[in-house]
Amino acid sequence: MTSTLMKTPLHDIHVAMGARMVEFAGWEMPVQFAGIVEEHNHTRNACSVFDVSHMGRLRITGADAETYLNRICTRNLAGAEVGRSFYSHICRHDGGILDDVIVSRLTTHWGIICNASNRDKIVAWLHKHAQGRDLQIVDETTATAMVACQGPKTLDIAKELTGTDLTTLKRYHFTVRDLGPLQIVTYRSGYTGEDGLEVVFPGPLVPFLMPKLFGTKEQPHPVVKPAGLGARDTLRIEASMPLYGHELSEEVDSLTAGQAWCVDLNKDFIGVEPMRRLKEGGLPRKLVGLELGGRRIARQHSAVYGGGSAVGEVTSGTLSPTLGKSIAMAFVSADSASDGTALEVEVSGKRIPAKVVRMPFYKRPR
Amino acid sequence: MKVPPDRRYAETHEWFLLDDTIVTMGISQYAADELTDITYVELPEVGTRVTVGDLIGEVESVKATSEIFTAVGGSVVAVNTALVDHPELVNDDAFEEGWMIKIKADTPDPLHALMSGKEYATFIRNTA
Repeated sequence: MTSTLMKTPLHDIHVAMGARMVEFAGWEMPVQFAGIVEEHNHTRNACSVFDVSHMGRLRITGADAETYLNRICTRNLAGAEVGRSFYSHICRHDGGILDDVIVSRLTTHWGIICNASNRDKIVAWLHKHAQGRDLQIVDETTATAMVACQGPKTLDIAKELTGTDLTTLKRYHFTVRDLGPLQIVTYRSGYTGEDGLEVVFPGPLVPFLMPKLFGTKEQPHPVVKPAGLGARDTLRIEASMPLYGHELSEEVDSLTAGQAWCVDLNKDFIGVEPMRRLKEGGLPRKLVGLELGGRRIARQHSAVYGGGSAVGEVTSGTLSPTLGKSIAMAFVSADSASDGTALEVEVSGKRIPAKVVRMPFYKRPR
Repeated sequence: MKVPPDRRYAETHEWFLLDDTIVTMGISQYAADELTDITYVELPEVGTRVTVGDLIGEVESVKATSEIFTAVGGSVVAVNTALVDHPELVNDDAFEEGWMIKIKADTPDPLHALMSGKEYATFIRNTA
């Protein structure tokens, strides 16, 4: 591990809690604490806390902000209410996805949360397209921390710890608590398929706030447990949520990547033309969910076969701890994409039978 | 980190325990910990003939798939069938209950070229 890795404000807390640390997108991050499967199950049943401070957090201000963001993002942001968040893509002119982001409208500004691996790229893209506009872009990543508290017990625990009942906060909405010039922003959202809260707050508050969440070494919180990037991946695959570098990349457009829901083809955004043409002509490739027979795991780039011919490639796969099945997401040719289609996935030189299934693989009980 | 002194170790983290002409092998606790939750172990058929350096099996976890190599030649006389339904035994007890393959070795000579427990302990300390 090199000494040039960036550390989040929670780094030392992770180490003290026994985390196994790894390099991720230039940051030193916890991949696991008690174990991936244990953390995964705890998230589905109780409450886990993930450090996501490595993700980019940008502040956009200026008179042109809304028009500008509506041109940069695939999602329709026009007239967005204060207090609302939107999942969106930011694309190249050819429709290739630059990143998937969360865009939020606050009273005084707009916020963009982007992937850690794409932060430099997105900041450069935003500046490039801000030329000549009344716009200011500030990177608040290193001044802030962000934690994702996920699991069915999260809202109860939040009420115990803060006295505030957030159950009336709608999904993909957020509240803001002002502390002088600083803010704590709490979003009802997440990347696990469970109910939960994601909280952005000033980095210096970490030593004060984290012990309230985790307890102390002598008296750890009875329910809240830390979880790492390993469990974050198994959880999001079960929930069929895309990951940049796997389902999303510059080589694929938002429609093929299965995220048409966040694309408004009726508005003019960078990348809309190729997507309109694709939709008109019919998508030649689609992102599908696969359920494999047996317990072997399909990895990214594993070949997918239909009727003996190569029809696609796996983007992500795992042995689902919750479902007890080997599941994967893959790009396949459109004629192999219908539910129930029998395919094969090549794993370690063997072709394992698989079938196309509806996504998400897992849906939380309501 | 437990590294039993009664066996020999390969740089690829397999361990080999000699008892008369039978060599029992598995992967080290260090390797099992690195893989994290093991979900599947691919073992050879009993009766398979192997040569020194052959790919003899695979270990899969949510994190990665790892290949297992034999350091001795001979024929496979037994495999740990408990690992079919309970691959997690490798994580729980890599050196005992997590044993993987027993080989009737043509000769134990190749084991001399492997590391002792002490040497392996130093090896993994330097790797981490």
